Amino acid sequence: MEDPFVVAGRVLGSRLFVGTGKFSAHEVMRDAVVASGTEIVTVALRRVEFGRDDGAAGILDFVPPGIQLLPNTSGAVDADEAVRLARLGRAGTGTDWVKLEVTPDPRTLAPDPVDTLRAAERLVAEGFTVLPYCPADPVLCRRLEEAGCATVMPLGAWIGSNRGLRTRDAIEVIVAQAGVPVVVDAGLGVPSDAAEAMEVGADAVLVNTAIAVSRDPVAMARAFALATEAGRLGYLAGLGTVGAATAADASSPLTGFLGALTPGGTPAASSGPAPGRPGAPAGGRLAGSGCDERRRERTGAVAGGGER
Amino acid sequence: MAAPKGRFARELERLDLAASSARADRATDADVTAALARPDGRRDLADLAALLSPAATARLEELAQTARASTLRRFGRAVRLYAPLYVSNACLSSCTYCGFAKGLPITRRTLSVDEVEAEARLLTGRGFRHLLLVAGEHRVEVSQDYLVEVVERLRPLVPSLSIETQTWSDDTYARLVAAGLEGVVHYQETYDRERYAQTHTAGWKRDYDRRLNSTELAASAGVRRLGVGALLGLAVDWRADVLAVAAHAAFLVKNFWRTEVTVALPRIKPSASGYQPPVPVGDAEYVQALAALRLFEPEAGIVLSTREPAPLRDGLVRIAVTSMSAGSSTEPGGYSHPGEATEQFSISDERPPAEVAAMLTAAGYEPVWKDAFPLVDVTR
Repeated sequence: MEDPFVVAGRVLGSRLFVGTGKFSAHEVMRDAVVASGTEIVTVALRRVEFGRDDGAAGILDFVPPGIQLLPNTSGAVDADEAVRLARLGRAGTGTDWVKLEVTPDPRTLAPDPVDTLRAAERLVAEGFTVLPYCPADPVLCRRLEEAGCATVMPLGAWIGSNRGLRTRDAIEVIVAQAGVPVVVDAGLGVPSDAAEAMEVGADAVLVNTAIAVSRDPVAMARAFALATEAGRLGYLAGLGTVGAATAADASSPLTGFLGALTPGGTPAASSGPAPGRPGAPAGGRLAGSGCDERRRERTGAVAGGGER
Repeated sequence: MAAPKGRFARELERLDLAASSARADRATDADVTAALARPDGRRDLADLAALLSPAATARLEELAQTARASTLRRFGRAVRLYAPLYVSNACLSSCTYCGFAKGLPITRRTLSVDEVEAEARLLTGRGFRHLLLVAGEHRVEVSQDYLVEVVERLRPLVPSLSIETQTWSDDTYARLVAAGLEGVVHYQETYDRERYAQTHTAGWKRDYDRRLNSTELAASAGVRRLGVGALLGLAVDWRADVLAVAAHAAFLVKNFWRTEVTVALPRIKPSASGYQPPVPVGDAEYVQALAALRLFEPEAGIVLSTREPAPLRDGLVRIAVTSMSAGSSTEPGGYSHPGEATEQFSISDERPPAEVAAMLTAAGYEPVWKDAFPLVDVTR
């Protein structure tokens, strides 16, 4: 099934993003990244040491080649700091992709909606490809999209909480209205959480803690990869249309009999779905394809500076 | 003139932690079970008292396992490393337990800003990117201007700078923050007023309320990381002090939501003061105290210095500790020129930083040397 996933013009073969914090060692992180099959890896800029001259390997040396590096601004408490960190990251890594994180509350690490939007506007203006971590708020996600962000990344639950898709209702709305990819970020604790997010219609998920602190991060990375894929397939296969499933399952039109009632009339809707009938083709909640196509156009349009 | 009581001082009186501690003595096994079963973030001071109780000492392994799970969830398999940088042992305060106390016949020294930079370069050469500047209390030798100058000098070299010095006014904290300071550490030592008066006999530090209120001033001034703690071995009732540290941290978290609060429970060490603790805190009780603190404050960083011996430190990172010093010297200039001034106390874990890092790796933790970025634009 054709199901390309495009972020800022880059076609990605995996819908799983992986974070690199909290691992016991860089080597374990690298092996987990490989096992996950991810093509986007996010790295905290505050953990990176640019221009060190002692030859010691840093975390960036453990990101496998060919993967889109997504530096993040974790630790930034306001828009100014996030912008400053993003510039440092671009100068140091050569990519203008940035995962924008503005988290003034050290306890929940909840993203600041106001300064996230402010920083996003500034960074887009500076040519960055901005992927903002944000509250699961439908209006904010619309505003971030209008600001030119390449994705929106609403949270599933608090970072590191492993509590699962607590924001499901909001994510459903965000997915339905978004014109850019929706990446559910934070809080997904077990593979089935990732599957659930994908079933709801998220375009991708980002997982870090649940992989990093599991007993076997490599196996867990693979488990999340499979769950993400399974959730996506489930979505494409028409999950979310359960309420309409009976109608969709009917092998012939339910209104076909109308033709028989009208002498000389033609059978109504003898081919294809009746007008307005939801979700007949694969594609899930909003007759998927239309929404996905709209997003594809938009994501192409906000390609910004592209890759590294 | 004594400083007026701050907000937390008033809350502390209302809480009556001595009574909580007394109740902890009578805590039952069922109380401990209930406290352990409560989800993270939902435990109150009564639960903490139960977890600190003799009844919980009997279930230390269970306590440690529960604390470990909580630490892993929040902090992952990573431990932050830092080094103390003593800039001066000059002191005008008389504290009965401290090796820097005024009047003690020790070799005093205050580093010049150049000397501080030399020490910092040595430490960054060993890998450190988080430094804690430590000084005795001497407002002439270690003035606010001096500290601002030191922070300004070090900030291009060191992304995370904190101070553990005398307390200051809100204006001074604000100046230090503007200069690039990330953290302030002010341990109350003991929250028991009577015992505090007995052990802090003269000088700036003698004022209990000024010291206690300083954390609120620092947080108001925009200090990003705030360290609170008690020096175990001062108060007779160590449980009451642990309860007070927890209450203090919870108060700061609640009232200063942008501030990251860390906690520590250093145990008293032999020093030039010759001080002997009235009631020493044993190793098992110490582990219990830190595990209980973790369960009360799942999000708080717990800091452990080289005061504690290597086997205990190696064990505690698996349970509750998230930040530790390594290869420390407690004398000013001690990294470049050891033995030229008197140390504050003798450390117990003498392993060099690389060895501590190797221990962490072997234990399944990443030693995190750098987890910070410059708070002021140093490129301009």
